[in-house]
Amino acid sequence: MPKAHVAILGKTIRRITRIRGGGSALPGLVVEKIDPTFTKKVLDQLPHGVVIVSGTNGKTTTTKMVVELLESQGFNVFTNRTGSNFARGVTAALLAEVNLKGDLDADIAVLELDEAHAVKFVDVIKPRYSLLLNVMRDQLDRFGEIDTTAKMLQHIAEATTSHTVLNREDPRVAAIANAKDVKASVTYFGLSEKLLSHFPADDNLRAQHATVSEEQALVTLDDYTDTHASFSLNHKKHRVSLALKGVYNTFNAAAALSIAYVIANDAHKLDEPALFKALSAIEPAFGRGETLTVGGQPVELVLVKNPSGFRLALSSFPPDSYATMIAINDNYADGRDMSWLWDVDFDSLKQESVAITAGIRAYDMALRLQYDEIAVSHVTPDLHSAVDQLISGYEQQPKRIYCTYTAMLSIRKYLNKYTSMERVL
Amino acid sequence: MSNDTTDKTITIVQLYPDDMNIYGDWGNVLTIKKRLEWHGYTPQIINYNVGDVFPDACDIIIGGGGQDSGQSKVKEDLLGRADTIHRLVEEKVPTLVVCGLYQLFGRFFKTTAGEKIQGISLFDAETHAGPTRLIGNIVTNSDMFGDIVGYENHSGQTFLGADAQAFGSVQIGAGNNGQDDTEGIRLHNAIGTYLHGSLLPKNPRVADFLIEQAVINKFGSFKPSIIDDHFADEARAVALRRPR
Repeated sequence: MPKAHVAILGKTIRRITRIRGGGSALPGLVVEKIDPTFTKKVLDQLPHGVVIVSGTNGKTTTTKMVVELLESQGFNVFTNRTGSNFARGVTAALLAEVNLKGDLDADIAVLELDEAHAVKFVDVIKPRYSLLLNVMRDQLDRFGEIDTTAKMLQHIAEATTSHTVLNREDPRVAAIANAKDVKASVTYFGLSEKLLSHFPADDNLRAQHATVSEEQALVTLDDYTDTHASFSLNHKKHRVSLALKGVYNTFNAAAALSIAYVIANDAHKLDEPALFKALSAIEPAFGRGETLTVGGQPVELVLVKNPSGFRLALSSFPPDSYATMIAINDNYADGRDMSWLWDVDFDSLKQESVAITAGIRAYDMALRLQYDEIAVSHVTPDLHSAVDQLISGYEQQPKRIYCTYTAMLSIRKYLNKYTSMERVL
Repeated sequence: MSNDTTDKTITIVQLYPDDMNIYGDWGNVLTIKKRLEWHGYTPQIINYNVGDVFPDACDIIIGGGGQDSGQSKVKEDLLGRADTIHRLVEEKVPTLVVCGLYQLFGRFFKTTAGEKIQGISLFDAETHAGPTRLIGNIVTNSDMFGDIVGYENHSGQTFLGADAQAFGSVQIGAGNNGQDDTEGIRLHNAIGTYLHGSLLPKNPRVADFLIEQAVINKFGSFKPSIIDDHFADEARAVALRRPR
């Protein structure tokens, strides 16, 4: 069937499902059935090809950064903004953007893809560029072993035709450069030696020394504060103000800078000052670090998904006069295994102690703190009661809630009782 | 063996923390360390990694799980330590090995490709790569320790020799192989198991068993202190109710 017919049909279905309030992937499904090559045909037209962003942590925010950085270099970018990070979601997103002839008004596509879906996607559509962020442990339940996930990322790199950008400090990602079927040029992003110990890979959680790589990185993150970060790009230092918060986002900014630089350079469009100006302006993706105000005091929600992330969160946010609550659920989306709590050091909370542990695994968390000899005032598995207790019992203090994914959803919803969510970041 | 009552040091040797530490194995070492302190002893932790000199003093051995790649890094080194470990376990040194090192403490691990990775044959057990991973919450039971709660995540299926004694019998979950209801193995004061989660914090009876044996070996007798385990009791009660 001609591309134009498929596009018209797909767009019609999309409109109907939107009116009916249906899921975002259905039109993609229908189009795949009628013309399985539709997505490929549309994406193959793009003069600068397809960029794939994958990894365990930070895909959404990093993809957003890559898009905005490329726009600053004069690219017209298509992306799967709805967070449908699977192939059918890409098709659905395409349908929203193509005109009735099936043409896409863009010259490059930047796609966030879940590792497992990316593997199938790249067998059909070869990316010109790929950005591979990290392999971390909250995927273990799903894929079994970290090494299995690493192989998926390797498969993406092998399918990449021009350039793959790798995290030098994640040993499993960095090792992809040595795979013999990787034909693309390899570029690294990384950390200064000074920062290495702040970003332990899962392998190094208990190792005594972070390993310093001998590979040269195009971009390194050298230092950061609450408001600024210093990067080296081609060994030249740049200090930029950032609207992004959290050290992870800052490291992912180095990743985004690297791939945007490579692509702009290939296209002879490179404008370095514009690149850093755009970086300063980038806001985090929705749902990544929010602050509410209740009774005149801030309540911060910090999502924690894995040991590295939890360690980073603890080192990013000094507990100072804060009332701290830790809410740990073990629903499927959180991961059922509690082992990860034992790979986090909680020493930084010792001084201020912990007000409440909450969630299904509240007692596991309290037990973990007992072994770091950190006092816990209340153990309250019920999340609503725990939030009530935090708000009423610590009225005069700012509050911080570390929470796993499903605990976060529940707490956010319940906090609406106290206030309407105010997005500060 | 010293009878000096002023010396209260118990040395914990942590096997291969650089390569075999990925499932919260630090929790086991930390639990032994803290409970030794709470019982009035002075823990000393020695990390043993590939190529290190094996420490002379060794009152407790603890080793963890790892990725397949971690196992292949340590297996040669471990074979070189087989005699030392056999001797220590024969001398009743309490030992806990979880997951990957449990497998390597057995006779062999046979991969799906049919390759046999040789173990140190301390345990009368052999492991065969299985078709699916056995993943989820697990509860076992033993006469000595009561209910043992934890989490398992392994593709290897382990089969014990006819005379070998399991660590526990499976109540919920898969255990050694998903077929014969055995979980783990016991030999003298050594325990091999697939349970992490971490094992020892939520199973303080197992932790105190290892500590008691170590202290008796070194000082002749053990006088435990009373430790407040009510968080552990509650966490166990929750774990017993959680879905697989």
